[in-house]
This record gives sequence, C-alpha cells and structure tokens, in this order.
Amino acid sequence: MRELEYPFDSEEILKKSKKIKRKLLEERSDFLDKKIAVLGGSTTHDIVRVLEVFLLDWGIRPEFYESEYAQYWQDAMFDNPALEDFAPDLIFVHTSNRNISRFPAIGDSAEQVEDLLREQYEHFRVMWDKIAQKYHCPIIQNNFEYPFYRLLGNREATDIHGRISFINRLNEKFYEYAREHAHFYINDIHYMAAAYGLDRWADPLYWHMYKYAMCLQAIPEFAYNVSHIIKAVFGKNKKALVLDLDNTLWGGIVGDDGVECLEIGQETPMGQVYAEFQGYVKAQKEIGVLLCVDSKNEEENAIAGLNHPDGTLKPEDFIVIEANWEPKSKNIVQIAKDLNILPDSLVFVDDNPAEREIVESQVPGVATPQIGSPEQYIRVIDRSGFFEVTQLSEDDRKRNEMYKANIQRQRQAQDFGDYREYLLSLQMQGTIRAFEPLYMARIAQLSNKSNQFNLTTRRYTQADIEAFAADDAYITRYGKLEDKFGDNGVVSVVIGRQGTMEDIPAYQKRDTVSGEQGDVLHLELWLMSCRVLKRDMEYAMMDSVVMACKDRGIHTIIGYYYKTAKNSMVREFYGQMGFEKIAEDDTGVSTWQYTVPDVYQPKNTVIEVAK
Amino acid sequence: MICRERPDIGIVEDVMSREEVFVRLGEVFRDVFDDEEITVTDATTADDIEEWDSLEHINLLAAVEQEFGMKFNMGQVVSMKNVGEMVDIIISKIG
Repeated sequence: MRELEYPFDSEEILKKSKKIKRKLLEERSDFLDKKIAVLGGSTTHDIVRVLEVFLLDWGIRPEFYESEYAQYWQDAMFDNPALEDFAPDLIFVHTSNRNISRFPAIGDSAEQVEDLLREQYEHFRVMWDKIAQKYHCPIIQNNFEYPFYRLLGNREATDIHGRISFINRLNEKFYEYAREHAHFYINDIHYMAAAYGLDRWADPLYWHMYKYAMCLQAIPEFAYNVSHIIKAVFGKNKKALVLDLDNTLWGGIVGDDGVECLEIGQETPMGQVYAEFQGYVKAQKEIGVLLCVDSKNEEENAIAGLNHPDGTLKPEDFIVIEANWEPKSKNIVQIAKDLNILPDSLVFVDDNPAEREIVESQVPGVATPQIGSPEQYIRVIDRSGFFEVTQLSEDDRKRNEMYKANIQRQRQAQDFGDYREYLLSLQMQGTIRAFEPLYMARIAQLSNKSNQFNLTTRRYTQADIEAFAADDAYITRYGKLEDKFGDNGVVSVVIGRQGTMEDIPAYQKRDTVSGEQGDVLHLELWLMSCRVLKRDMEYAMMDSVVMACKDRGIHTIIGYYYKTAKNSMVREFYGQMGFEKIAEDDTGVSTWQYTVPDVYQPKNTVIEVAK
Repeated sequence: MICRERPDIGIVEDVMSREEVFVRLGEVFRDVFDDEEITVTDATTADDIEEWDSLEHINLLAAVEQEFGMKFNMGQVVSMKNVGEMVDIIISKIG
C-alpha cells in the first residue's frame, strides 16, 4: 500500500493506522498468520499498533502478545503460562539504553568496568538462551542506541568510563552472540537512531511522559525496520530487481543521445551518482538478488549502454533483458515467467512515475518504489528492506548463476525433439539424503518460500527442521540437483512421519499429529523449487522415500494435498506418483494412498543419484 | 480566517479563530479514533470518548501537534484537563 511504502509520512501512519489496517484486511485474504510476542523494556503500545500494519502490508497477519510494562526479562525467565499458551512463532525483545541498569562510574577501575560489562551482557544472554530452550522460536533483539548526552564530551567514545564506549562494547558482545546463533537477529536501533537523528529520536519528553524509548514520530520507521526482519524470517523477501535503463541506470537516453553522451562514470557529478547506483545494484547480486532489465529501447542500444566502459553493470550481470517497445507491464510478466517466480517477488525500479503506475496497476503485487531523484535511489531502495538479509548461504551468492543456467537450459530444450533425450543431455546428478546440518537453513528457507509446488504448505523454522531431523519417527529427505550448466543447490524437501491409519483424520484437518509410531508414513511436507520443474527430480525423491520405507518395514504411504491459492499445480501430483485417491473434501483437502510394492521399479531414469 | 493587521512589520496575517481550531481538531479526533461520529467541545474530556485512554492520548497529542504545526511541552501535557484547555494552548502557540 502506497501509504506504507518508504519514504512514508510517519505522522499520517500514526494518526490513521486504524483506517489503514481496515483497508489492508479488506484488500486481501491470503495472509500468513504468525504469533509474535513483544517483550518490552519500555512502552510498546504504539509500536505494536504500527508494526501490525507494516506486517499486514508484507502479507503477514500477526497476533501479538505484549508483556506488561518493562517486564521483558521476567516474562522470558520465569514460568509464564500465558506466553507458553500463546506459543509464539517469534519473540521480539524491545529494549534500549534505558534498560542498561548500571553504567561505569568515573572512579571505576578497568576491572570493575570489565565486570560491569559482563554483568550487563549476562543479563541478556541468559534470557536469550532461556527463550531458545523454552520457546524454540527465532528471537529479534534490539541493540543499544547512543544516549542523548555526553558527560565526557568527545572523550565518551574512547574512555572506558564513557557511556558511548560502554554501549559500543556491549553492542559488540550482542553481535558476537548473533554470529554464533542462527535464529537470533539484531534489530539495529543504533543505526535507526542515527539515520533518524539522535536528538529527535531520544527526545526525553517521550521517556519521562510515556516511557517510550524513542519519540513517537520515530515509531513508524522503527517498526518498519523490525518488520523487514520478521518478513524475511518468514520467507516474504523479494527476490529480484527489475530495472529500467535510461535515467535509471545512467543519465540520458541511449537511443537518442548515443552511448558516448550518457552520464555514467567519474566525469560529472551526475555521472558519479549513476556510477554509485550501478555499484549498489551490482552488489545486490552477491546477496542473491536476481537482476533483470525492463526497458523501452532497441535491444541493441540497451546492450550498448550496458557495455559503456565506465559502467559497473554489464549485460552478463542480468538474467533476463527485456528491451523492446512492449508495455513494461507485459515484459515484467514475461520476466516472472522466465525466472519461474511469482510477480510479487519482483521490485520494479524505474525513474518514470507513469511506468511505475502502469506496472503497479497491471501486475498486482510487484513493488514499485517511488525512487525520487537519482541521488535518492540508493537510500529509497535500501531502506525499503526488500531483500533484508537474515542469512547468507552459498546458494544466495550463486543464485544469479543458477537462474542464468536455467534460462540456457530452457533455450536448449527447444532444440531437442525428444524430451527424455534432452534430460539425459543435462547430465544431472542428484544428492538425496536425510536432513544434514549444512542444509538446515536452506531447508527452512524453502519451506517458507515455496508456494506453487508445495503439497501442504506447512511453514517451518530452522529449529523445527532440526527437530524433525533428530526425531526417529520422521523420515526426512532433501534433494540437491546439479547438471552440466551448474549447481541448483537444495531444491526439494520431503518430510514424513511414521504413524498409524488413525492419524488420517487429523491430517485431513491440516493439524499436526504426534501419536503412536506405527508402520504408516504420513507425508507432512513435499515441496520442490519451481526452478527444477520437469526435470524428474520428483521421481528421484519418490524413489528415495520408498526405499526408506522399505528399510523401516513401512508398507503404506499416505499423501495429503492441502489446496491454497497458489498450489493448484500439484493437485494431481500424488496420482502421477502412483498413489490412489481415497478421500476428498470440500475444504480442498485430498488424501492419497500408496502401497509399497515388494518389487519396486525406480521411477527416475534420468538423474544419477549418488549412493 | 480572520485578517489581523500587523502594523509593526507591515503585513496582514491570518489568525485562526477558536471556531476554526475546533473544526480542525474535530477532524483530528475522528481520524485518530477512527470514528466519524465524534464531535468535541470545550468541556470534552477523555471520559467522553470510549477509546481515549492514556495510551491513545499520546497518539492524539502527536496528531494535534502535526495538524497545527506546534509542540506541547511537558508541563502543558501534564496539566491539560479538557479539550478547551488544549485549544487555549494551541491558540497561544499559533496565534
């Protein structure tokens, strides 16, 4: 919603959040429901209210638990039936420098300061450990912002007695913890306060009057920043930047002005601005953002512009380049199709408001940030948090290469008469194994991101995935696929639980089940990344699951299909795998049964699966 | 608007009347409490509007500050008893 896109009018959001919420709830229905506990060290009322509308805008419908005023520590540390019943999907600890109970005194020795640092850190550390152990959910923790005054003036930063020094050191300890704990994320209010302006942010009136850790007007920017982490954790990040060229990646119009007259590079101030922006876009590749072009140009001119010697971005940095005279909305639909992702994963970057408007109205879901003038492009895109990085995997870094290889594959497929022959020519090699530590993060990520080829659309955190791997009642499989064009990484996940036929009704209600461990395998999750559609990977997964069943003496496999707005592609999937439909109800749940035969003929004949 | 002569600096400036302040204030109240039925008078207090609790009060004051381009200081926030007093402060700051 425009009102909630960066740069937004914070005061309007504060004033009209109720109306905005109503509108958001009317506009769409396909929300992801999540339970979020906010444990505050200061007032949280307006923070929760504003956070809610931002999350709704990202497609997440939150239910909140709010601790009583400043009870964050007690709530987490002691028996708390209310929070236990609430069963949070995520816990956000909202503390600030007002929650540092003691700062160094000027007379303290170095040792005393060291002890105090450890004491303040331990207060938090024991709480985080306790939360992880008791609630098994991701934690978001604020770091500390600077105080609004400096007793020692500039010396505050260097003297061990200075509050600035103390906060810097305490923050660094928080970061160390974050580096060592995968489900622990820092909400960087230190940066937010600086970006907002510390004097305004820390206006003491709001602390003394209302016990707010920041001024009321800063709350929308603060809540927006937290919402980025939350939506990233729950798999709602955007995936691709679709960029215009003329006056977006360089100054001038390549078709009219010619390559030599474009403003890009170090010659002019404007050229420098575009060069910095190109550098920023190029760096996005490193964090796994896919780059594409959607430009009204002759293709030849577009390529010539991208080959400008002073430009950082080159044609080979882009996966798809749509440069033609078709409407941009039409091109962007084609780009989504080529990449095999949904349009709502795209961010369209164009200097022209009219083009943004067309894309926004014709292709709902595409983000169309109002990027302002060239010197503002980076800040607007950056602060919008489309691609908030909560983890960096090797897959993220290689993603552009993977998608590019995919497009090459598609082109090659057109040259083959016989599809099987084409698949064989890809020289595919699969690795299919029970979940392993190296891939837990990627498996959790897939469970949150896959919508189309996903039979049950159950969403899991990394902690859930680790729990399945450790539980004897579960058969888990991840599948990795490589071919001659490149490594696709982990692309398929299957989770099955050993139970009995009595479990079927609960599964049909989309519930989770934890009953007796019998000789029937219930497939709780089966998903595959759409980038390996039609590669027979699903058959290879089936083979592996059947073999695992044989090893355990399981004779019956029950598959479930839970209909969603996005997964009609796999409605008949289990039928294709040789299952028989045994039930179907009007809530869109169908149940499928497979009897493991004595002699099983592997279904996959094109992928070489490592033993 | 009422035009007021400012002979000292040789211009004519616009001053908002008390009635106009009430009109704009009513709009702010309706936005904040998301209720089209609300009207406010000098005597209106938090007891008269169901959703006006101490938490919503913060948000209300911020919206009023935004509407009139002014800031309440802490002393004023603490002592304000009803809408009439709020209007007095607004007028004293923008008048």
